[in-house]
Amino acid sequence: MTFAKLATASLRSIFRNKMRSFLTSLGIIIGVCSVIVMVGVGSGSQAQIHRQIAAMGTNLIMVMPPRGPRTANRLTLADLQKLRSEASYLSAISGEIRIGGSNVAGGNSYWSTSVFGVEPDYIKIKDWEVKEGDFISDRDLTTRAKSAVLGTTVAAKLFPGQDPLGLQVRIGTTPFTVVGVLASKGANAMGSDQDDVVMVPLQTAMTRLEVDGRINSIEMSAVSESLMGAAQNDVTAILRDSHKLAATATADFDVLNQSQIIQTASQTAQTLTALLAAIAGVSLIVGGIGIMNIMLVSVTERTREIGIRMSVGARRRDILLQFLSESVFLSLMGGLIGIGLALGLAYFLTHFLNTPTLVSPGIIAASAGFAGAVGIFFGFYPARKAANLYPIDALRFE
Amino acid sequence: MSIIELHGIKRHYLVGEITIKALRGLDLAVDSGEFLAIMGPSGSGKSTLMNTLGCLDKPTEGSYFLDGLETSKASPDEFADIRNDKIGFVFQGFNLLARTSALENVELPLFYDRSRSKANPRLRAQAALREVGLGDRMDHMPNQLSGGQQQRVAIARAMVKDPAFILADEPTGNLDTEMTLEVMSLFQDLNDRGKTVVMVTHEPEVAAYTKRVISMRDGAIVSDSPVRERRRASEDLAAWRKDHALLAGEGGRS
Repeated sequence: MTFAKLATASLRSIFRNKMRSFLTSLGIIIGVCSVIVMVGVGSGSQAQIHRQIAAMGTNLIMVMPPRGPRTANRLTLADLQKLRSEASYLSAISGEIRIGGSNVAGGNSYWSTSVFGVEPDYIKIKDWEVKEGDFISDRDLTTRAKSAVLGTTVAAKLFPGQDPLGLQVRIGTTPFTVVGVLASKGANAMGSDQDDVVMVPLQTAMTRLEVDGRINSIEMSAVSESLMGAAQNDVTAILRDSHKLAATATADFDVLNQSQIIQTASQTAQTLTALLAAIAGVSLIVGGIGIMNIMLVSVTERTREIGIRMSVGARRRDILLQFLSESVFLSLMGGLIGIGLALGLAYFLTHFLNTPTLVSPGIIAASAGFAGAVGIFFGFYPARKAANLYPIDALRFE
Repeated sequence: MSIIELHGIKRHYLVGEITIKALRGLDLAVDSGEFLAIMGPSGSGKSTLMNTLGCLDKPTEGSYFLDGLETSKASPDEFADIRNDKIGFVFQGFNLLARTSALENVELPLFYDRSRSKANPRLRAQAALREVGLGDRMDHMPNQLSGGQQQRVAIARAMVKDPAFILADEPTGNLDTEMTLEVMSLFQDLNDRGKTVVMVTHEPEVAAYTKRVISMRDGAIVSDSPVRERRRASEDLAAWRKDHALLAGEGGRS
C-alpha cells in the first residue's frame, strides 16, 4: 500500500466524521497553540530584558559596594582617581553618587526625584543622549558649577509646556541652573522610570548635597566587548591595591559587567520560558490522551469495517498503518490549526495588548513535530488493537 | 481440475475445559466451474467449513489446497494475500463500508492488491459494477441502495479481482423473493461464464439454483449430490414479475 493511498484513506475517514475529528484534535490544537504562545511570550520578554540591559550602557563595567547586610561602602574619590590614571582597557570612566528622594523645586512646583552626581563621561557609558542644551562638562566639574541636567519626567513635572533651559531649580536648599534636558530612555528592566532623574556634577554633589565622601558606584566602559574580562580583572586588582587588601581577603567591593548581568537575567527568563513551555506541553500530552481515547472508541465502532478490510485481503500491517496514520493526521491537522491560532494570538498580544512575543520558526517546527509524535505515540495502542483483531470475530461483530 | 481440495479437515475449539469438534475429518473437492451449495442445520459445522474455505480460519488438522496451493502452513499475512487474490466474499449482511460509495467499495480489494497490476483500479471497479447491472449507481452510498442492489455491489466487489472462486455466506438471507431471484440469477450468470461459486444456505429453494448440494451434520458431510431439476433464476424472476404486475394491475382495476 503506497503512502498516497494510505493518506487518502485516512483523510477520507477523518472527514467522514468532521465534528468528532475536530473535537478530537481540539486538545492538540489547544496544546500546540499554548506551547507556541507561551514560549513566544517567554522569549519575547527575554528579548525585551536583553534590549533593556543592553540599553544600560556600552561594554559597561560597574564597581559597587558589596551587596549584603552590614557592609560599609568604602568607595572613595581616591579610588576613582586611581582607576582613571592606572586602569587599562577603559574608554570612559565616571563616578556616580545617587541621592534618592531629593526634593527638587522649580517653576511653581516641586518634585521628589533621584539626583545623580556624575562626570562628563557618564553620558557615553550609560548611553544617554541630550535632547536640549548640554551635558555636564569638565569645566562644570572643576568649577563645581551648580549646573543641572533634567530627565524628561522631571522637566515635564516642573516646567510643563516650558523650555527649562537656563531656568533655576533648587535641590534641597541649593539653587542650580538647568543646562540641559536628557532624551527619554523609558522604563528599565525593573520597570522604574529612568527619566525621573536630575544629574549634577559629581564634585558639586559631593560638596553641596551629600558630604560623606563616599561614591555610590564607579561606572566604566571597556574599550571593546572582548576586553571586558581583562578590564574587569584590571579594575579589581587596582581597587584591591587601593584598599590595601591582603591576597586572601574578600573584596569590600563588587565588580560587575554588563554581559554577566545579561546572562543572569537571560537565565531567569529562560527558566521561566521553559516552565511555561512545560506546562503547555502537559496540555499537549492530555490532547494526545484524548486522541487515544477516540481512536479506541473508533476501533470498537469500526470493528466490522476492519473485518471487511481483512476479508478482502488487508494485512495486519495495513490495518495498523491505517489507524496509526489516522491518529497522526488528526494530531498533525490539530497542530497546524494550533500553529495558525498561535500566530494570530501572538500578533494580537503584540499589537493590541503590548506584550512582546517572539515566535521563532524553530518552536513552530518543534511543536508540529511534537504533535506528530503524540499522534504516533497515542495512536499506536489503538492501531495495534485494531490490527490484532481476528478476522472472523471482527466480521461477526455487531 | 480441482480448485478446492480438502483432506481430512478437523477443527476443534477449546471452550473452557470442553473441546468442541466442529469439523470431524472432512474431505471435499470442488472443480472449476462448479456451483456448490453447502446446507445443514445450525451447529452442523457449515460456518466453520466456510471460514476454513475462506482462509479466515486454520484447521486443527488436515490439508487444504486452494488453486493448487497448500494453505495449512500460511502465515497470517499470506492468508490475507490469499483472500485478496483467490477468494471473493459475499456475506449475508452485505458488509459494505458505510458512507463509502459503491465504486469505492468495489475498489477495496484492489486497494490491498500486492501484485502491482497495471490496470487502473477505478476502471476495473466500474467494469465490475456494470457487469452486475449497477453502472448507473456507482456513486450511490450503501444506504441509498436496496438490499438487492447492495448485495450486487458486494458481488461486484467479490469479482473485481477475478478470484479463483466466490464464497457466499447465506447471500440471500436478508433479501425478499424478488431480490433473492435477482441475486441468484446474477450468480447463475457468473457461473455460466465459468466462475466457481460456493454458497452456504439453509433454504432448499435457493439451493435448487445451484449444480451440486452437500449436506452437513455434526461436522461431517452426510450427503453430496448433483441438483437434478435445476431451476433458472432468471426465468423464475420473469414469472414472478409477471404475476406481481398482474396482481398490481388487478388491484388497479378494482
